Amino acid sequence: MSDQPKQLLVVVRRTPYGSSLARTALDAALAMAAFEQPVQLLFLGEGVLQLVPDQHSQSVGARNMSGLLASLPMYDIETVYADEASALRYGLDLAGAPVPTEALSAAQVHQMMIESDHILGC
Amino acid sequence: MIYSLVVMSSPASGQSTATAARFAQAALAAGHKIHRAFFLDDGTYTGSANGVHPQDETERLQPWLELAETQGVELVLCISSALRRGLLDEAEANRYDKAGATAHPAFIVSGLGQLVDAAIASDRLITFGG
Repeated sequence: MSDQPKQLLVVVRRTPYGSSLARTALDAALAMAAFEQPVQLLFLGEGVLQLVPDQHSQSVGARNMSGLLASLPMYDIETVYADEASALRYGLDLAGAPVPTEALSAAQVHQMMIESDHILGC
Repeated sequence: MIYSLVVMSSPASGQSTATAARFAQAALAAGHKIHRAFFLDDGTYTGSANGVHPQDETERLQPWLELAETQGVELVLCISSALRRGLLDEAEANRYDKAGATAHPAFIVSGLGQLVDAAIASDRLITFGG
């Protein structure tokens, strides 16, 4: 059994209120961070909708996901990543995202995946 | 190689759980090790003791019980996913005053720390479903 830290990439492809996996993916990333394993979050496809600003989910009785995202830097996840083509497709201005977000080109997404030890795709 | 499996879909919603069990059997037959099978989100339904499937459909629970009993594969249900879906072991059923345990005893109900441990200890983390 190896004790080397493993670089984990959590790829989020779910809308914030459309699937329980949206929350589960973040919880998994937070658990990795809590155990001091390097973890990165990448929002891809519909998943970029988690980065929409001003989510007033309480009005439909749902826990606000953007609050959880905003707290990521407290757990040493300072920046998250978004596929720039997906953001463009949904007309998202990532500057308004609940958490500092860096846009990645397809080539950069590919590179990030190659450099990860494990990928958890939700 | 040391593998861990992460199962994210319910056995009733498609093939992924069945594939996960077959992957585990094939990996073990090829001489690899399975460190843990971790069931997350809807995947926790795999651990239900009460699923009833038609006779002419493939067994959904039995392959996992065999992996646990004959190959020592550790089966873990993520506690927060499991509780929400009414999959409780004896301890949780008592804690929350529910009628009885609903998770099959071959499955351990535990936290995400077990997933983190699986990621650290394994060469490959393979996801199924989701």
